[in-house]
Amino acid sequence: MQGVNQFIQNFPRLKALWQYRSFVAGMVWREFREQYLGALFGGMWSIFNPMAMILIYTIIFSKIMRARIPGIEDNLGFGLFLCAGLLPWNFFSELMSRYPTLFLQYKNLIKKISFPKITLPFIILLSSAIHFMIIFSIFQIFLLITGRHHGWVMIGFIPLLMLQQSIALGLGIFLGTLNVFFRDVAQFVSIIVQFWFWFTPIIYPIMILPEKVRILLTYNPMTNIVIGYQQMILYGKWPVWTGFWWHILFAIFVLFLGFKVFRKLSNELVDEL
Amino acid sequence: MTMVIQAINLGKKYKRYPNQWSRFAEWLLGERYHNHEEKWVLRGVTFKLESGEALGIVGQNGAGKSTLLKIIAGTTAPNEGKVVTSGKISALLELGIGLHPDFTGRENATMICRMAGMPPDEINSLLPEIEGFSELKDYFDQPMRVYSTGMEMRLAFSSSTAERPDLLIIDEAFAVGDAYFSHKCINRIRDFKKKGTSLLFVSHAPGAIKTICDRALLIDGGMIIKDGDPDVVLDYYNAMIAKQNKDYEIRQVENKLGRTVTRSGNKKAYIDDLDLFDMKGRSARAFQVGDKVLIRCQVKFREAMENPTVGILIRDRLGCDIFGTNTFYLGKDEENFQDGEQIDVCFTLDLNLGYGSYSLCVAVHSGADHLRENYDWWDQCLSFQVIPNNSFYFLGVAALPLKVEIRKVESNKEMCEFGDS
Repeated sequence: MQGVNQFIQNFPRLKALWQYRSFVAGMVWREFREQYLGALFGGMWSIFNPMAMILIYTIIFSKIMRARIPGIEDNLGFGLFLCAGLLPWNFFSELMSRYPTLFLQYKNLIKKISFPKITLPFIILLSSAIHFMIIFSIFQIFLLITGRHHGWVMIGFIPLLMLQQSIALGLGIFLGTLNVFFRDVAQFVSIIVQFWFWFTPIIYPIMILPEKVRILLTYNPMTNIVIGYQQMILYGKWPVWTGFWWHILFAIFVLFLGFKVFRKLSNELVDEL
Repeated sequence: MTMVIQAINLGKKYKRYPNQWSRFAEWLLGERYHNHEEKWVLRGVTFKLESGEALGIVGQNGAGKSTLLKIIAGTTAPNEGKVVTSGKISALLELGIGLHPDFTGRENATMICRMAGMPPDEINSLLPEIEGFSELKDYFDQPMRVYSTGMEMRLAFSSSTAERPDLLIIDEAFAVGDAYFSHKCINRIRDFKKKGTSLLFVSHAPGAIKTICDRALLIDGGMIIKDGDPDVVLDYYNAMIAKQNKDYEIRQVENKLGRTVTRSGNKKAYIDDLDLFDMKGRSARAFQVGDKVLIRCQVKFREAMENPTVGILIRDRLGCDIFGTNTFYLGKDEENFQDGEQIDVCFTLDLNLGYGSYSLCVAVHSGADHLRENYDWWDQCLSFQVIPNNSFYFLGVAALPLKVEIRKVESNKEMCEFGDS
């Protein structure tokens, strides 16, 4: 604790974030509880929902529709392939759809109570992380039960998820700030995210694409990240870490851009809400 | 004395764009393109607040009071000038903000403390105190949607003031809740003040400002137009909200004792003289409790008018209204007067007031109050003392006649009964 306190003294915004950690935790807990308030089964729904999703992908696609990925004989293969890309993508796209309207959602708090606004993107990041953790744990259990778990290689998800969510956080703060001034941003982003989904090899393997399109797709930072997830789940292979250097630079760039724009416009932002 | 607030030349403006495209063009083209109106809602506001001082802010709707509070509370930043605050600030700007209807009072109280950046262990130690002060009892663990507005206010006030701040900011919207709890709040505020908390308080209730504040600011059109004693500032404000005629003027003149007082009105009729007499017909300024007095008010008319009203108002030393009435309410306003005519209006009353000094305010206007047309309104025109008579000692501002009886009670069954021989 002492060490953390010393370190953050140098960064006023981080310092505010650290000082307000109990506020962030409280808001995350409130967001979670709010969803299941008044339900008989309460928080159990946060488990039922992802369970249903995983069963649909694996059983319907693999067993009933008999969808296959070239090169994999496993009859659960396509279902696992889908889950490997789709679960982290949903985590990413949840942020991308919530961040643009972030400051509008907390309009009343921002206008009437003095607290560091930078806590808001982290509240959403953590509350979606809780949901992802639940769904991901269920998926891991599913892999163990069906005997397709590849052991320690799953640790590889952690750096890739961090990279992916850093990109979402940076873009989100940038877009969320802009959206206060131009409400078109949120509308535009929701269209872009749909295209982005189809331009990422999530529900199709990248191998089935023609050579030219495949090269085009490598400019999408999510492509390599999603392929990394699929490799770990399907083959138990570690991602090729050296392929991610420009993703890291891109994440640093969007984080910098997001915080910079937020800092510049944060005073004006309050008056526009 | 340490400064809690130092506001230097504060200004706040809002940009108004004709449409979103012109804002977009401005963003793209930068300095070269300029297509917005600037509206200053606050400008050149400079004041200081010392620790332990209570400052009231008055002004009409849209004068800039709330903007000023928001700048000081830190929710919005000024466009020019700066404000330096020191110590812990607790701001109650609006009721219900940050409260979630589906969560219990306890959970919401915790959240209010968290929003103030308090660490969890400190919040836990404050919760029993919040529960006790709010007096919500079993409601404290009920969801907030079953709360009344008053209960919401009790929770919000208790939570926001659980720990003594160095500066407490309260906006007028907060003034709900029953008389009992209001007193409790005021006592807590007074207690904080003694310990060095400063108070910034916006209210439309002159009584509240006069009782709590040591100083008041009058804000109009985004500027401070008066800064001084609450009663002087409030009298000026009171005069300002009267209907504005072109020949209407507000002056702050010295009264017979050399104090600055407010006099306003269009002077179509004016108060020539005001005097107080005892029952022997002598002009006097000191009376015993219960003395009969005569208030004589001389009014001159500068133009012919129908049914003017002459009113008197007695205030205590804090400026709180004690008693006031006028010829309209007394049913004596059915008369017409000519230009140049002069009248004497005499009110005779028993001064059943508590000990202390009082001021007398007098006014000539049309209708029931001065808001329709104000001819002349003279605040604190004269003051007088009420001293003890040879009857019993008492507290307060009202001398109520009473009797007391003490009887021994033989057993529990025999209680005091009214109307008993």
